[in-house]
Amino acid sequence: MAKFIGKPVDRVDGRLKVTGQAKYAAEYTHKNMAYAFPVLSKIASGEVAAIDAAEAEKAPGVLTVLTHKNALRLQPIDVDQSIKTGSLLGELLLPLQDTKIFYANQYIACIVAETYEQARYAALLVKVKYKETKPAIDLEKEPKVDSTSPRAKQVIVGTPVEAFNSAPVKIEQVYKVATENHHPMEPHSLIAAWEGEKLTVYNATQGVHSSRHLLAQTFNVPKENVRVIASFIGGAFGTKAMFWATEPLAGMAARVTKRPVKIVLTRPMMQHCTGNRGATRQSVYLGATRDGKLVSRRHITETCVARLDDRRTEYLELAGGNTSSTYACPNIEITHKVALLNVNSPTPMRAPGEAPGLFALESAMDELAFELKIDPVQLRLINYGEANPINKLPYSSKHLKECYEQGAAKFGWSLRKSEPRQTRDGEWLVGYGMATALYPGYRSPSAARVRVNSDGTVSVQTAAHDLGTGTYTIVAQTAAEFLGVPVNKIKVALADTDLPQSTLAGGSRTAATVIPNIQAACEALRKKLFELATKNNSSVFSGKNIADVELRDGGLFLKSDTNKGETFETILKAAKIDSVEECVTVNPEGQKSNEPCFVSEIPAEQNADTKKWDFHSFGAQFVEVGVNEQIGIVRVRRVLSYHDCGRIMNKKTARSQAFGGVIFGIGMALTEESHYDPRSARFVTRNLADYHVPVNADVPEIEVYFTNQPDYKNNPLGARGVGEIVATGVAPAIANAIFNATGKRIREAPITPDKFL
Amino acid sequence: MRPFKYTEGKDETSAVRAVVVNRESKFLAGGTNLIDLMKEYVERPNELVDVSQLPLAQIKNTSNGISIGALAKNGATANHPLVRQNYPLLSMAILAGASGQLRNMATNGGNLMQRTRCQYFYDIAMPCNKREPGTGCGALEGINRIHAIFGWSDKCVATYPGDMANALYALDAVVRVKGANGQERTIPIQDFHRLPGNEPQKDNNLEHGELIIGIDLPKNNFANKSYYLKVRDRASYAFALVSVAAALETDGSNIRQARVVLGSVAHKPWRSGEAEKALVGKPATDATFNAAAEAALKEAKPLAHNGYKVELGKRAIVLALQRAMNGGAE
Ligand SMILES: Cc1cc2nc3c(=O)[nH]c(=O)nc-3n(C[C@H](O)[C@H](O)[C@H](O)COP(=O)(O)OP(=O)(O)OC[C@H]3O[C@@H](n4cnc5c(N)ncnc54)[C@H](O)[C@@H]3O)c2cc1C
Ligand code: SF4
Repeated sequence: MAKFIGKPVDRVDGRLKVTGQAKYAAEYTHKNMAYAFPVLSKIASGEVAAIDAAEAEKAPGVLTVLTHKNALRLQPIDVDQSIKTGSLLGELLLPLQDTKIFYANQYIACIVAETYEQARYAALLVKVKYKETKPAIDLEKEPKVDSTSPRAKQVIVGTPVEAFNSAPVKIEQVYKVATENHHPMEPHSLIAAWEGEKLTVYNATQGVHSSRHLLAQTFNVPKENVRVIASFIGGAFGTKAMFWATEPLAGMAARVTKRPVKIVLTRPMMQHCTGNRGATRQSVYLGATRDGKLVSRRHITETCVARLDDRRTEYLELAGGNTSSTYACPNIEITHKVALLNVNSPTPMRAPGEAPGLFALESAMDELAFELKIDPVQLRLINYGEANPINKLPYSSKHLKECYEQGAAKFGWSLRKSEPRQTRDGEWLVGYGMATALYPGYRSPSAARVRVNSDGTVSVQTAAHDLGTGTYTIVAQTAAEFLGVPVNKIKVALADTDLPQSTLAGGSRTAATVIPNIQAACEALRKKLFELATKNNSSVFSGKNIADVELRDGGLFLKSDTNKGETFETILKAAKIDSVEECVTVNPEGQKSNEPCFVSEIPAEQNADTKKWDFHSFGAQFVEVGVNEQIGIVRVRRVLSYHDCGRIMNKKTARSQAFGGVIFGIGMALTEESHYDPRSARFVTRNLADYHVPVNADVPEIEVYFTNQPDYKNNPLGARGVGEIVATGVAPAIANAIFNATGKRIREAPITPDKFL
Repeated sequence: MRPFKYTEGKDETSAVRAVVVNRESKFLAGGTNLIDLMKEYVERPNELVDVSQLPLAQIKNTSNGISIGALAKNGATANHPLVRQNYPLLSMAILAGASGQLRNMATNGGNLMQRTRCQYFYDIAMPCNKREPGTGCGALEGINRIHAIFGWSDKCVATYPGDMANALYALDAVVRVKGANGQERTIPIQDFHRLPGNEPQKDNNLEHGELIIGIDLPKNNFANKSYYLKVRDRASYAFALVSVAAALETDGSNIRQARVVLGSVAHKPWRSGEAEKALVGKPATDATFNAAAEAALKEAKPLAHNGYKVELGKRAIVLALQRAMNGGAE
């Protein structure tokens, strides 16, 4: 019986955060620090024809103005090698290397000054002449081409077109999801400091090792010379995973001025320069039999990629990608086409692909249910799959039925009227909606070090990240569990390239990657402690076997005699050492590497297990909305979120994640949209007054449940990530509830008041 | 940030004088709008004259109504018993705006003076006649979902975005200002803001250096039949897509007096004489409300992306009038 794992342990970093002692990247200082502020391109396509920095250079406090004329030449990124080492590339565009402009607000110069205010002011004084060409910005009108991304390759199973054409019941609709931006509370920020050929960077990043690797490449120094630290991260949602131009820009500014340099982006820059969720236009074709069995499913997505010269690593919103795993279906087509637009590159945003993809698919399923007069939950049960319909692999662990059935029961789904417009509450029409949630169960190789100190404390070190999600806490719980030490004796250090390499925080993979790794390191340490203890002849363990001992109460104890044992302190004292440690590298199949503490190559999802099993988390979202039809106002009245994410490591932090996910989904459904000006290709939504994230008044009571069924095929502890799946399925459940309330089907998110008129 | 001079206003006269002598200076009250715009380089005063400490924050009874100090905070104004009891429409309008924190900083004078939320106005890389006369209007053929459907010109299609002023228009407020010569003058609220015409850089008819000192509200009989309805993209903390300040005085079942003011549809709060005419003397029924709504929006001229405001405006008027009749119940 687990003592710590799964328990609703309070965040171990909670006190630090609420007392302001948790230091975020921008909160560090160096003596002699200078400040950088980028100059942004006014145009979205063309070239810098002339740049005059004379006035800016003379402005008070300015140390230098970097432009393409005097910028350091950076070494281009070696794409193949970088992908192998687990870096997330995207926009292959190093700053200030030439005059070309691919999107509005691209960095075209950079001021470095004594103070932030001076740098920001001087940025205004740089005069730029442009050679402008007409930008491509209209997703609907621009020609669509194939993406270079291997993940966007078309998938055909069976004969989807024929099967659709001959299906007795057909749904054929177009669904759209607007461009969204991440807008975490903490903007991208970093401090870069060179000491000779060594670079140290405090960086709000989701991937310290990825950042290190790419910085080392661009500055042409060995990667051992670069240290990246991201101890605390104020939210990210994907925007801090790719390598953006800000990172080399800070490194360059520091190198040129020979001063530590801080750079913190403004909110408009967060909109313009740090990626976005590309808009999608999705055509969904569902063909079904009269009793509701899907016979064909075609999902054709049109989206955008950045119109760069070098498209090798382009990123697109893969709306049809993993959504293909949602239902059993013999005939499937998944197609993605992209328009090349003059935009800052799309980048992963919480459940990239799945969130908008399920908006389309799950809205279409609701349309099908209505057409067939089958209850929406029932329709999903009819099409329940035990294996991935594309690769035919069985799911490693799937308890989605529980989510549908228990979720429906707890929500009171049976009270739903199948015909729309049946329930009124004053001015409000009330409706229920539901949708399936889904996200893959990714894992990566990882290394972690665990050390027992003679004072009874334990240090755990791994360069995974805590984006605010609770990694510190679940790592401490795991070490506490396997070392038999209370959580408050465990000191966790994360997200520093001086620590053993772990995974980039993306794809909800941190828990499934790190937790088994900590477990393995603790196991190794148990052996080591036992060996150490038995070296001493007078030990209570002499003549005993490792299988006879267990770790608890801060020491090694005999299983047979609970009183007999030795504390870590005693063992270490007897051995005359201060501490004992193990560093262990684990790959996704659970094997330990024979190179401890070293992750050489990170083969993305390609490991032997993924040829045996299909790893996915599933869930169901149930929503009640009220709609004031007269003025087009939607209020989500309650949400019930029920997920199957393997073992839940911490009920409290998992539940908080689910709250955040549901709120994220409400944003997609009702409020969040970034608009581009159609001529200049500049965002017109540039701040949090124009880009509407949900506020408290938009958020109702949210009930959260997990199946808590460990997935031992995924990893020895059976935990899959929680962070992204919880954001999926919410938007379609809301759209479906709006239909149930009003009889109006709105196929464009966000569903703002104007869409009702 | 651009360097600027900070001057503490010691009294009304010296504050006014300090601004009058410097074309590039501005009064600073709560700073919630001005400082934001300075950070974006939209406003570039070289001097701020801080009036926030002047003793102009009182709210008191007058012989014919109440008087509200220009420097009273929005929050304090909305929650003042005299306002809540006699002018609930004003309370509702203020409380529909911004957030609790902002309302505790923002002043009534600053609120009247707040600038448009046109996104092109905020982005100095975009053309905008209001920010830089002669550069063109970015929104006219750009994204104009939040822009005007009434009274716009081809020089500017921006709206006045505030909430409080819509109620003030319905309540026949009078703005008291102190001018360059030290004299006070009054401006009926209807004449305070202006349409863009050829000079969109001018939001209102205040002269440079004129200080708003107070707002007077005459007595009325609207208190138990008024409603402020704000339609927006999220439940709170967003500017209106369309808002309606509605007030009725009835005589049995007939309407004796009516006020209908639309917000966020024009460069100024849009009081609809047409709607009011369609209401007065008629029974307070849905049919009357619908007719008033039709009349109010008849002359609307929507742009490419704000056509929805015409229908939304009508429906919002009807709903606001219905709720006004119900004492606010939904
Ligand atoms: C995020 C956000 C959301 C908001 N949402 C809303 C909303 O939903 N509805 C709404 O109505 N408003 C909203 N506002 C606007 C807010 O109401 C105004 O910013 C505020 O009322 C301005 O008052 P202030 O005292 O801070 O003015 P300041 O920022 O100090 O001044 C604004 C302007 O008024 C001038 N001024 C100030 N006082 C005087 C005076 N006595 N005489 C002459 N000129 C003067 C200044 O020179 C300046 O030009 C929002 C603001 C923000 C930042
Ligand atoms: S509408 Fe007015 S404020 Fe907006 S861009 Fe045009 S001129 Fe500027």
